[in-house]
Amino acid sequence: MIPNKFDYQKATTVEEAIEYLVEYGDEAKLLAGGHSLLPAMKLRLNNPVKLVDINRIPGLKYIREENAMLCLGAATTHYDIESSELVKSKIPMLCQVAASIGDLQVRNMGTIGGSLAHADPAADWPAGMLATEAIIVIQGPEGTKNVPAKDFFMGLYTTALAENEIITEIRIPIPEGNIGTAYAKCVQPASRFALVGCATIISKNNGLCDRVKLAFTGVSVNAFCDEAVEHALTGHAPDVDNITIAAEKAAINVDVLSDHFASENYRRHLAKVYAKKALMEAANNL
Amino acid sequence: MVSPIHLKVNGQPRSDEVEPRLLLVYYLREVLNLTGTHVGCDTSSCGACVVLVDGKAVKSCTMLAVQADGSEITTIEGLANGSELHPIQEGFKEQHGLQCGFCTPGMIMTALQLLERNPDPNEAEIREALDGNYCRCTGYHNVVKAIQYAAKKMKKEVFHD
Ligand SMILES: Cc1cc2nc3c(=O)[nH]c(=O)nc-3n(C[C@H](O)[C@H](O)[C@H](O)COP(=O)(O)OP(=O)(O)OC[C@H]3O[C@@H](n4cnc5c(N)ncnc54)[C@H](O)[C@@H]3O)c2cc1C
Ligand code: FES
Ligand code: FES
Repeated sequence: MIPNKFDYQKATTVEEAIEYLVEYGDEAKLLAGGHSLLPAMKLRLNNPVKLVDINRIPGLKYIREENAMLCLGAATTHYDIESSELVKSKIPMLCQVAASIGDLQVRNMGTIGGSLAHADPAADWPAGMLATEAIIVIQGPEGTKNVPAKDFFMGLYTTALAENEIITEIRIPIPEGNIGTAYAKCVQPASRFALVGCATIISKNNGLCDRVKLAFTGVSVNAFCDEAVEHALTGHAPDVDNITIAAEKAAINVDVLSDHFASENYRRHLAKVYAKKALMEAANNL
Repeated sequence: MVSPIHLKVNGQPRSDEVEPRLLLVYYLREVLNLTGTHVGCDTSSCGACVVLVDGKAVKSCTMLAVQADGSEITTIEGLANGSELHPIQEGFKEQHGLQCGFCTPGMIMTALQLLERNPDPNEAEIREALDGNYCRCTGYHNVVKAIQYAAKKMKKEVFHD
């Protein structure tokens, strides 16, 4: 399968990439790892006229700690995050999210920025970003803006990113105190995407959960935080009984996806099962 | 429009002019005649097309040749030292890690990446590393044994060096 013809341009700075986006409008596409875009171009579902490669822009691939935040360059690969000792020591769930993506070859090429921009309803990163309350840093012709993950994912393959903007960084607040994190994923065996993926962070104070964040991917058109589960566990001890009760509240007031692989009812059931799995694992990691 | 690319393939410098839409796998197979890298699915799934790009195992059906500009590529043809097989190749031969052999180049290039990152993998780690490599013949059992054989042999070689 061969993509349609296009012009290829290596951008050397973020500003240069934005200039191409402004000049070519919806005929231009950024190319990061290419592991969502190239398959779509080969199927001619996506036919950019101008392909702007952002991989050679220096300073878009890094993982560092700054002002109590984990800062990830947008072009950082899934593998770089999976294997980062810094990420593992601060928010181990993010390494689990990265390691659960596709296969070794996909993780070598695919980037976190590309995954967020693409916003596949079954992609893993969106759940991790929501549970950690990450901030997506976006640069455009008018300057830079910081978009909280909860305002970034807006629908099926739809985000707050405008046509002429580029994600430059992801900033993730490093949680403090006695925290436990986990990502539990039910893998769609053919695609390896998430049939249901559940990311959670809980923190415990005086024996009770004082903060619970829990987000799903794969369940609905876009990833979301499940506030019903979060509320049900907050203020309670993270033991198996309370976790079971909280997990039962999963995916109740949302439109759940349905396809030939998993019906709406089955997916909703899986959401409860994987909420429990993720919360139990997070509780064990406290 | 064509774009110039300069890269090294199995140690040999190459300069070519390619259409930007040319996939790396077709550059290797049809421009360089390195047909050891196979195309199985052409949809990023099967791993028959895996090569190393700057040391990273990549599905070359999902990368453009222009993206590899400036890189060093290793294909299955670059592994043997003259008539002396690479330990992973030897492992596949000794442990019957192949039947039709279609998946084998991709399996071997992926195993190379695995053993470089983790010289002493257990069985589960080997199977997990092969997630993106499909084999329609062997049932994977002997593929795992081949990689275990290679791991042992490569450790010994490091020890003797
Ligand atoms: C076989 C296979 C299995 C996979 N399995 C999974 C899985 O289990 N879970 C999962 O989550 N994903 C999976 N993926 C998708 C993979 O994670 C992709 O790498 C990822 O979704 C896209 O990242 P990329 O860097 O490859 O982006 P690209 O494909 O290069 O780009 C994707 C889109 O994002 C835009 N874009 C890229 N970077 C930026 C940026 N910095 N700013 C703004 N826009 C940008 C591009 O223009 C394009 O529209 C799989 C892919 C394959 C091929
Ligand atoms: S041919 Fe590239 S993954 Fe199958
Ligand atoms: S040996 Fe035939 S596909 Fe693997």
